[in-house]
Amino acid sequence: MNQQMVGIEIENVHLSFGDTEVLTGVNLTIEPGEFFAFLGPSGSGKSTLLRAIAGFGPRPSGAIRIGGKDIVDLPPWKRNVGMVFQSYALWPHLSVRDNVAFGLRERKMPRNEIGPRVDAALDLVGLSHLADRMPNQLSGGQQQRIALARTVVVEPQVLLLDEPLSNLDANLRVQMRRELLALQRKLGLTTIFVTHDQEEANTTSDRMAVLDGGVIQQVGSPQVLYDNPENLFVANFLGTANVLNGKVEKSGDQMRFLTSTGDVLPVGDTSVTSGSIVLRPQNINISATGGSDTIKGKVLHREFLGSQIRYIVEAAGSEIIVDQSHAVGADWQEIGGDVALQINAQTAVVIADPH
Amino acid sequence: MSDTSRPGSLADKLPSALFPRVSGLGMVALLIALLLIGLLIIPVLLVIYVAFLDPNTEALTLNNFQDFFGSSLFRESFWNSFYVSAMSVVVATIIALPLAYITTRFNFAGAMIIQSLGFIPLIMPPFVGAVAMQLIFGRNGTINLLLKEKFGVSIPFMDGLNGVILVQSIHYFPFILINLSTSLRNIDRSMEEAAQNLGSYGMRLFRRVVFPLAMPGYIAGAALVFIKVFDDLGTPLLLNVNNMLAPQAFLRISSIGISDPMGYVISFILVAFSIFSLWASFLFMRGKDYSTTQKGGGGLSKRDLRTHEKVMAYGVVALILLAVLSPHIGLTLLSFATIWSYAPLPDGYTMQNFVTMWNASGEYITNTVIYAGLAAVADIIIGTAIAYIVMRTKIFGRKALDYLATAALAVPGVVLGIGYLRLFHGMEVPFSGEPMASWWVIIALALMIRRLPYALRACTAALQQVSVSLEEAAENLGASKARTVKKIVIPLMTGGILAGFVTSFATAAVELSATIMLVSSDSDAPLAYGIYLFMQTPSGRGAGAALGLVAVLIVGLGTFLSQMVVERDKKYRMSGQEQ
Repeated sequence: MNQQMVGIEIENVHLSFGDTEVLTGVNLTIEPGEFFAFLGPSGSGKSTLLRAIAGFGPRPSGAIRIGGKDIVDLPPWKRNVGMVFQSYALWPHLSVRDNVAFGLRERKMPRNEIGPRVDAALDLVGLSHLADRMPNQLSGGQQQRIALARTVVVEPQVLLLDEPLSNLDANLRVQMRRELLALQRKLGLTTIFVTHDQEEANTTSDRMAVLDGGVIQQVGSPQVLYDNPENLFVANFLGTANVLNGKVEKSGDQMRFLTSTGDVLPVGDTSVTSGSIVLRPQNINISATGGSDTIKGKVLHREFLGSQIRYIVEAAGSEIIVDQSHAVGADWQEIGGDVALQINAQTAVVIADPH
Repeated sequence: MSDTSRPGSLADKLPSALFPRVSGLGMVALLIALLLIGLLIIPVLLVIYVAFLDPNTEALTLNNFQDFFGSSLFRESFWNSFYVSAMSVVVATIIALPLAYITTRFNFAGAMIIQSLGFIPLIMPPFVGAVAMQLIFGRNGTINLLLKEKFGVSIPFMDGLNGVILVQSIHYFPFILINLSTSLRNIDRSMEEAAQNLGSYGMRLFRRVVFPLAMPGYIAGAALVFIKVFDDLGTPLLLNVNNMLAPQAFLRISSIGISDPMGYVISFILVAFSIFSLWASFLFMRGKDYSTTQKGGGGLSKRDLRTHEKVMAYGVVALILLAVLSPHIGLTLLSFATIWSYAPLPDGYTMQNFVTMWNASGEYITNTVIYAGLAAVADIIIGTAIAYIVMRTKIFGRKALDYLATAALAVPGVVLGIGYLRLFHGMEVPFSGEPMASWWVIIALALMIRRLPYALRACTAALQQVSVSLEEAAENLGASKARTVKKIVIPLMTGGILAGFVTSFATAAVELSATIMLVSSDSDAPLAYGIYLFMQTPSGRGAGAALGLVAVLIVGLGTFLSQMVVERDKKYRMSGQEQ
């Protein structure tokens, strides 16, 4: 199943259902062979964008180019874009073999070529022995693999996965996402994966786009998006974030963040003068005694999470979440006790207020 | 409930085998089972048994069947019945398929109207429409008179078997429409999109994916149409087509007498075919629960029609609806007509038919209200009890009770009628001493058994809506089983039960096949039989049509009311959940 790898360019795509605009000015370039994720909450437009690439739903304005060719005006059956549906959409009246052979028959492939191709596809997902079963005799994970085989057997130019793991139980989900990634690497297929689960996106994708309200918020590798969110939505959507408002000041050659309550935090170099500071819970150090560059607070709650202890600390006029990794014999801060919070200047991100 | 006897009472000291601890509900189940066995199973088995008896020696024999297939009239009747049923399925499909397809696949203004207009034939008993259809489509009916005048040709729409096929398919096509539309609507959008994604479209997509997925619904509808047409007595009788099975059974029994074995042989064949068709459709549908709609998925996507498609679609729909409504139009015209014969339209219009009808049929209407009312009340009581026993208890054989009650669907009215005549033959009504077989109560009992499946389905649906936890909450707060049923279950089921009553009543009111066998004097006759009598003479047709119109109004109003009740109930339930 070798195939010329193609890229996808999405240029100024707008899309509306009636009067409701669901996608607003989407611009995106996906590299050939890339495993790309669309991540966002429900209603963010991520599935709509994926379906627009496959040709389902209202016609978008703008351009969607696959391998340089604009496909916006092509009907779904002429796009050669493979899609795996959230519900798998295996046809219950056809056997596994007939499901997988469907696309090849539609392409008028000679009968004697269809058989080996179907066998190879089933082999690829490790389910050759189930070829003569009916879909309702398969488990969820098996159905998922058959749906995948049915899609890749026609050698599509790109592979679209619409929340492919959401109908599986937690253990299977972890296993399937590894298998998906392995398969994608093997086939070298440019792949888009839609999910609302940040862990799925983080663990599989080369790069991802975070969507909210039909607008792309940020594009980048999972690590870049987590460490350097460009706006509060991305900061809050990926992991847990403490957010304080205030101003950036320069004192000597040192930058400082002055919160609205008058507390002072060290920050790295930034061009932002006024906005929010984002602090990840694991990047805050908690101790009973204060030192330089610390802010004072009081422990409100304490939760033991196994590998971590989570404190909710009242400080700088808000409730700040602090995670300390737990090891045998570690000291715990008392509930109601006075504590000092210390921030590493390099880990704090300052985000400008939206204009 | 079985623990009420005080410790140390006499009953406790006796061997328990003498007093099996049967709970109150167990007793109810037993009573219902006995009732169903006595009034459904035994009469039908009796009919089958007699089909194998030599009429003279009372010995078991196959001679009756030999005689049956030896007679050219019966062979012809058998093939006619089969042919008419099969052709009715074909014609009903031709009517239903475009309606189902257009309304479920396209954004089509008036799709709602078509789907509900499609049900209108069902609110008119087929035999009522038959005469009106004769006047419109018959050899000297409206259409043919116009065709002859303009083009010098005529089309034998209503000649012989054609007439039966046309009337039946126009009447029964909604069964296919309803089931097929439901199936089409239950197909998840992704089923179709997955096929498009893999390169399929147009008719090929419909043939390979959409229609196969809707097949179970189609088969269910088609099997129902086949059985209903095969069993129907009223329509062929009214159209004077006697060389079919059900009319032959009726004629043999009514003219030769209940000892003539041919009526029983025909009954056996009718029952066997009913069961065979149900079994065949069941076999086909086994393992094919294709309802694929997913949470948040939604049915097939609908697309807009282009202008020329729109014109065509409206044309097809208008033509079909005109044909479907023709019995109603014809009946209405006929009921107001002075004379309507050898003319495209009646010569003049009058109210006289209604006066005649009213004077002559007060008794028919009273009888109908009594019989159908009693039958429907009994149906909902038994239906509620069975529903509760099946869904809420572990009583042994509860499923069998459900199947037993539903089995009435597979028993043709003619067969039940013949069974009752035979079973109650020679018995006397206690005290009054009149012959049991001609007692009016027997008619009401037959109606009750015939309509029980409808009421049972409504009651089961109603009980399904009542969460078990609502009952458990009442019991937890100290209410006994009986009080819980009375205070919680029944009130919550009221809407569904009421809908069941109305459906049972309305359809029992126009039932002809069983009643025509059991009516012994005109004074005991219900409305359906009255229409049949009126329609026998050309001069009575106007009044018959007027009475037919009354019947249509009763059934139509009933259907409307039960819909209202069900809808209101749904809303009431929804608002309850939101709070």
